[in-house]
Amino acid sequence: MTSVQIEVFLQTLIAGLLLGGLYALIGLGMTLIMGVMKIINLAHGELMMVGMYIAYWMFVLFNIDPYLSVFIATPALFFLGIAIQKFLVNPVLKVESILPENQVILTVGIGMVLANLATVFFKSDYRSTPVAYATNAFYLSDFWETSPIELSLSVPWTVSFVFAVVITITLWFFLAKTDTGKSIRATAQDLEAAFLMGVNVKLMRVITFGIGAGLVGAAGCLFLPIYYLFPSLGGQFTLIAFVITILGGLGSTIGAIIGGLVLGVFESMTATYIGMGWAPVGRFVIFVVCLIFLPGGVASLLKRKKFGK
Amino acid sequence: MKKFAPFIILTILAVIPLTGLSTYMLHILILVIMWSAIGMSWNLLGGYCGQVSFGHAAYFGVGAYTAGILYSKLGLSPWWGVPLSIVVVSVFSLVLGFIVLRLRGPFFALATLASGEVMRITTENLVDLTGGAMGILIQKRTWVDKTWYFYIILLIAASTFILVRKLMESKLGYYFVAIREDQDAAESLGINTTLYKTLALCISGVLTGIAGAFYTNYMGYIDPHVAFALHDISIITIMIVMVGGVATYWGPFVGALIMVLLAEVIRSMPGLGTAHQTLFGVLLIVIIIFLPNGIVGDYKKLKRLLGFRRAST
Amino acid sequence: MSMLQVKGVSMFFGGLAAISDVSFDIKTGEIVGLIGPNGAGKTTMFNVVNGFYHPSKGEVFFMDKKISGLKPHQICKLGIARTFQVVKPLQRMSVFDNVMASAFLRVKTRAQAVEISHETINFTGLHDDTDVISKSLPLGKRKKLEIARALATQPELLLLDESFAGLNPSELDESIEIIRKIKARGITIMIIEHHMKVIMSISDSIVVLNYGEKIAEGAPHEIGHNPLVVEAYLGEAQSA
Repeated sequence: MTSVQIEVFLQTLIAGLLLGGLYALIGLGMTLIMGVMKIINLAHGELMMVGMYIAYWMFVLFNIDPYLSVFIATPALFFLGIAIQKFLVNPVLKVESILPENQVILTVGIGMVLANLATVFFKSDYRSTPVAYATNAFYLSDFWETSPIELSLSVPWTVSFVFAVVITITLWFFLAKTDTGKSIRATAQDLEAAFLMGVNVKLMRVITFGIGAGLVGAAGCLFLPIYYLFPSLGGQFTLIAFVITILGGLGSTIGAIIGGLVLGVFESMTATYIGMGWAPVGRFVIFVVCLIFLPGGVASLLKRKKFGK
Repeated sequence: MKKFAPFIILTILAVIPLTGLSTYMLHILILVIMWSAIGMSWNLLGGYCGQVSFGHAAYFGVGAYTAGILYSKLGLSPWWGVPLSIVVVSVFSLVLGFIVLRLRGPFFALATLASGEVMRITTENLVDLTGGAMGILIQKRTWVDKTWYFYIILLIAASTFILVRKLMESKLGYYFVAIREDQDAAESLGINTTLYKTLALCISGVLTGIAGAFYTNYMGYIDPHVAFALHDISIITIMIVMVGGVATYWGPFVGALIMVLLAEVIRSMPGLGTAHQTLFGVLLIVIIIFLPNGIVGDYKKLKRLLGFRRAST
Repeated sequence: MSMLQVKGVSMFFGGLAAISDVSFDIKTGEIVGLIGPNGAGKTTMFNVVNGFYHPSKGEVFFMDKKISGLKPHQICKLGIARTFQVVKPLQRMSVFDNVMASAFLRVKTRAQAVEISHETINFTGLHDDTDVISKSLPLGKRKKLEIARALATQPELLLLDESFAGLNPSELDESIEIIRKIKARGITIMIIEHHMKVIMSISDSIVVLNYGEKIAEGAPHEIGHNPLVVEAYLGEAQSA
């Protein structure tokens, strides 16, 4: 390989990892909801879109930096998530119907409403946030003048990635150390056992949906400086979240992180070496390969434990 | 009376174009009937066999593109797409079924959703074959008048109705419902669940593909966003069946009638046009919470709800 | 001639043996009881025979054909039908349609399936509930429906998993009568049952499992006096 090829490869790898960190955050919210509720939230991407619009308007109206909006959008989405779970998902869990997938279809309806309301209020224009540092970058040669190759690190991408890592670590701490976190994990593992142990399962479900929504809202803020914003962007991110969840193993947090990184790198590689338009196809190739050859996702590799059907 | 309902409705529908209906109204009717056919096909797999597909646009689009490519690449009449889509979509469904039917419940649902998207993106990128995002334009439509299109889609829909009904009264129908109710029990009663799920998927896919091939002929233009639309095809199909009635013969027709008319009414109202997805979404949410089995499926409940309201006012 | 041969079957789940090295034969036309304390591996044994599980070790033969490794629907087609301990009726189908779904296994036309279904429903005494949606049946009738459904597949060997549990005395008598009638038709039966009196009175022979191992096999009167069996059951009684 020539040094140019190495440069391209490393640059692609870095871009993929940075993207993957953000993907992981989206996947984490999805996998938490899936683990505890056993339902798929097809409005996940739309929730992220809502988070992005919050950050966007905060910036336009009050000149609040998108990274600061994390502290506004996350709680806002947390409460939106709670409201959705309490007033829409819960009633559906109770009604008798032929198809158990009613809950999934319900989230489709919620996603439609959110996406369309955004179109009605904000028009379907593509917007980007003109933060001052949008095009800034760190260069390897700035730190190491005699470097044989040149690599660049976009400032907003890097900051977003760092934020994503911090949020992920915070979440991890929350799930591992706090009582609420432990109760959530117990509910995900065995609902009935958790219930018998005195865990308030109903409350945990509500909180989990809130946290899942909050996480993806935070991801929205982090995506804003580096991505276009338009009302219908939710669908593709819902799919991304789902691919990550399958890749990582359903309900597994560590799996979601690994899944996010793998997907980010893979997409970045596809875009560089095959073509921009094919990156989304690469996503689904991973998905299909995973379904066929690794049905339990990365988590099954980590555990190496066999479950009955 | 009930036994003759299909014939009576078919007769009424068949006579309608003779009454000198406006072109616009005929167009609406054609859409209603086309969507009924797609809804019935979805219902076979989703409602009766319990495999909820979020990606019926994949079959619709493959059917539509079969017709389109025959015209654009081979110079044949796109009408050949109708019979040929049976073959093409069968093969496509078999391959797809092999992958997605390994999954159960919500995971099946999402895998099918992904399959529709994969087909859209693939079609966009295979520019040489499909014309990419530019789509395929049928230069000269077969008829200017819509009457013949009406009768063709009526024939397709009526055949779909009869086929679904005959299937459901046969061994296959019992097997489909048994699989929906309990896959393990079905398997232990000697039902090859993999085989019958694949059959349901293939039949459902082919019937949808035929409607897709008709669409190309009727509209005269397709592109990846139209033919493989997630919201405007896959989700609308589910909505039609949910609103009308899951696992009922007439549900898809009732659902299609309501959804198409509603879409037209909303579109014609100034200021509301852009918000039609919101209204659809709200309708979907309301139906799922209050009439989870649709208007036909929860007819008694609906009557009770309305009757109660009348009594109280 | 033996109808079913279980040869050295073991079944492991994550290192734990639910069944270890169990062998037994079932002769054509017999009623064989499979008993043992809770968690002895009885239902697991059924799941192995009917193909839900593929044994970790050992083989199962049905009429001299190896069936371990086949899928449940293939095994059912060969002539083994089962019922479930936790009843699994096809919830939103009527009793009649439940039986119809099974009856289609051996016939093609609807008319033939209808005939088999009516016959089976009458045979099991469910004729008053033909059109009832199975979800709304009381437990006793659901257990009967399980049997009817299995019978409609026209099996040679019927595996009954606790078909008597939770029945009241009159239902119990009825069900025992049905089992006897099934035997009279020449169908071989293997039955898991906790009700000792019932199992002793209807079985031709009994297999006893404890902690996944076969601890005894023989005629009912021999089993009743077997010290290992007594200990297994008394042990459970004391701890309960």
